[in-house]
Parts: sequence; C-alpha cells; structure tokens
Amino acid sequence: MTRYLPAFRAITTREALRFLHQRERFLAALVRPLVWLLVFAAGFRAALGLSITPPYQTYITYETYIVPGLCGMILLFNGMQSSLSLVYDREMGSMRLLLTAPLPRWFLLFSKLCAATFIGVLQCYTFLAVAWAFDITLPPLGYLTALPALILAGLMLGALGLALSSFIKQLENFAGVMNFVIFPMFFLSSALYPLWKMAESSELLHDICAANPFTHAVELIRFALYVDIAPWPLLWTVLATLVFMALAIWGYDPARGLVRRKG
Amino acid sequence: MSLKVSDLSFSYGPKRALDAVTFEARSGKFTALLGPNGAGKSTLFGLLTRLFTSPQGVIEVAGQDLRSAPRAALAQMGIVFQQQTLDLDLTVRQNLTYFAALHGLSGRDARTRIDAALDRLSMLERAHEKARALNGGHRRRAEIARALIHQPKVLLLDEPTVGLDAAARAAITTHVHDLTQDHALTVLWATHLTDEVLPDDDVVLLHQGRIRATGPAQDLCGTQTLKDWFLSQTQAPA
Repeated sequence: MTRYLPAFRAITTREALRFLHQRERFLAALVRPLVWLLVFAAGFRAALGLSITPPYQTYITYETYIVPGLCGMILLFNGMQSSLSLVYDREMGSMRLLLTAPLPRWFLLFSKLCAATFIGVLQCYTFLAVAWAFDITLPPLGYLTALPALILAGLMLGALGLALSSFIKQLENFAGVMNFVIFPMFFLSSALYPLWKMAESSELLHDICAANPFTHAVELIRFALYVDIAPWPLLWTVLATLVFMALAIWGYDPARGLVRRKG
Repeated sequence: MSLKVSDLSFSYGPKRALDAVTFEARSGKFTALLGPNGAGKSTLFGLLTRLFTSPQGVIEVAGQDLRSAPRAALAQMGIVFQQQTLDLDLTVRQNLTYFAALHGLSGRDARTRIDAALDRLSMLERAHEKARALNGGHRRRAEIARALIHQPKVLLLDEPTVGLDAAARAAITTHVHDLTQDHALTVLWATHLTDEVLPDDDVVLLHQGRIRATGPAQDLCGTQTLKDWFLSQTQAPA
C-alpha cells in the first residue's frame, strides 16, 4: 500500500496541474454548457412543455430541466478530453513512463481515471455555481447529494474514454470519436428532453435513449440533485462503469500490445 | 545482478521482428546493443520494459523474471526511452518527483534521492527550471537522472543520443560509462553509432532480428575499427 498512495497522489496532481496549465480548456469546458443553458434553453423554453415527473414536484423551467444533462455533458466532454490526452501521451512517449512503473496496470489506469473524474466534478460545480448566479437554483442539500452521482457518472464516462483511447491508434482518429461517440451519446439521451417526450415521436428512438448509459448517468445526477436516489440508473451506471473499465484494462494489456503499434 | 535474455522471439503478425534472441548484460559493464535501423532494437526495448510481452522467451532483470514477477523486475530497472518523456510544463524537480512517486518514493526520502541523482548528472542547479527551457542534452541528462532515482540495478537506454549535438552526445556517453563503473550498474545502451562504444565495452550485435555476435568490442573487431567491423557484419548478406 505504501507504494500505491504516492503514485496515486502523483498521477492525480499531475493531471490537475496539467488542467491548470490549460486555462483555455477550463474556459471551453465552462462556456459550452453555459451557452446551452443561457441561449439554447432560453430559446426552447417556450417550445417545450414539461409535465411534472419525478424527481420534480412542481412545474419547472426548461433551464432547470437541462442542468443535470449539462452536468453530464461536462463529464462526457471531460472523459473524452482525458482520452484524447492519453492518446497524445502515447504518441509523445510519456505514457511509456507511466506504464513501466512497478505497479499493476489496472491501478495506474484507475489513478488516471480518478484524476480525470476529479477535474470533471470540479467543472460541474463551477457550472452549477454560475447557473446559481443566473438564478437557476436547486435544493441546497442537492448540491451535496449530487457529489456521489457526479463522481460515479464521471468514472463511467472517464472509463469509456480510457477504453476508447486504447483502441484509437492515432491522434488524428480522434475526430471520429466526436462524431460517433459524443454527439450520439448526448443527443440520444434524456439530457435535453425527457424520455416520455421522445416516445411521443418515436418508440425506437425512445428505446435507444433508454439503453444509452449516458441517459442513466444523467438521471442519476438529476435525482441526486433533488436529494433522491434513482436505483435503476444507479445500477446501470455502475454496470457500465465496470464494463468500460474492464474494456480499458483489456485494451491496455501488455500481451495485447497496445503500445507496440508505436513500437 | 545482470540482465539475461534467453530465446526471445517476437512477431508483428507474420513479420518476425526478433528471432531467438539470447544474450547477457553483465553487472558493472556497459553493454552496447549495436544494430542498424530496423534491426529490432526498439522491439527488444519494448519487450524488456514490458510495454508489450511475448509468449516466447525469458527476460530476467537482476534475478527477477519479467513474466512471473513483472513489478519486482520493473522496480530494478531504470529506463531512458528514445522519445523524450519529460513533461515540458513542469520543472525538472517536478518531473523527477512525479517519477519517484510512481516508484513509491515520497517526502524527504524522494527529495534526497532526487538531489543525489541530479548531482550525479551535474543537473542540480537546473532543478527549478522548466523542462521546456532546457536544451536537448540537458533534457537527456534530466531523464537519465530520473531513471536513477530508485537506484536500479539495470539501466536501459534506447538510442539516448538521438538528436543531440556532438558535444552533448560525448558528454552523455562519458557520464553513463562513469556511472556504470562507479555504481556497478548493468547498462544496456542501444545505438547504431560505434563511436559511443569503448574498446572494453561489451557488444551485442543485433541484425535483422537475430544476435550476430556478442563479446568485448576489442575482441570482436580485432585489427579493424569497430565501425568497419560493424559495417562488415551488417552489410553482408544475412
């Protein structure tokens, strides 16, 4: 254990430092959801009528509805960003330094994942603070109860990023991830519109959205923000995290030889 | 405490990159892994550092089998990769502290070891500079210092002088030769540049994935220069 703690601390600190060095990344991470919240949501407020469904106990504005989805969006982009930085690390060689440390590979990857999640959660709280300043408020206790949900959702999306990074051969291929992972995952979810609304237009789309792990991560955050637990999304998110993590560990297995591609 | 490789083979799909490679790098000796580009040196380094593994062959690092005890073996190994692996936005000390932590070292112990390693490579006064501010030679020195923090028994260097000017190249080669003797290190230095090898260094000649010769440089080349011997061995039909 004495070997593990310094390594965990070092990996997370390095990721945090790297994030601090990239102020543009922080700004972009914040501006993106705020544009959705303050521009997109304002425009759609009139167009979309929302009925009272759990966890909401009263009519809510559209801005309020999409706050959990935008938290999910932050974590999704952050997960993919950390995946991008892993591919970059591999191309630049610093991944070799990490992978040749005398520690189990799963632990090294898990440490990276925790670091990425920590940064994602930090971004979420910054976003929630700005939203609060614009009078989009949540139950005070919700800010606290959302923490475990944000961490779990962050771990799930970070693990997805890790798994993807082990299959992306080159940095240039990353644009494909944007088109084929981020956008479908985000739009085919309950982030922007409730699933019952989706069912009104297409049963098939509704079913796809319902199977999307991102939907469950968003619902988990939504209920947690209202001091409530959603058992099914919780289970689904935990399962997806485990599957993505197992995929990442398999992808980085030395016998499979990920790094040898850059030989 | 040496590095032993026995019967190591590796293929990229149908292409055989290493074929039954067997050699030993002795303790306290500078062993040059000499081979032209494409000989399989980088593949061998990938296997030695467990970036990937092969089902065939055995690698023993200071008595530890890399397959059955990978972490114990890696803990005995210092590695300098061909690619530059410093985080350029961090200072030299921050880079070394990060590495020390990956080896379970922290606090005062890590600081003492980092100072000693930097001092050994005459880099102590540059500890607070950002890696980006260093020239190629000093970055390399910082990487060698980093590879020594955990006091490994075996030091692997994969073409460490690539991209350096003549003076920096000579300085680093001399430094590592000195380290080998002063600290009874086992050094495996991959290169295709024969002027980095001294007459009493051990040489392992790798060509087209196979070991062609092993032994002290002066014994192998006889009356020829090492460069001529190397060319005669690697330009002849395989």
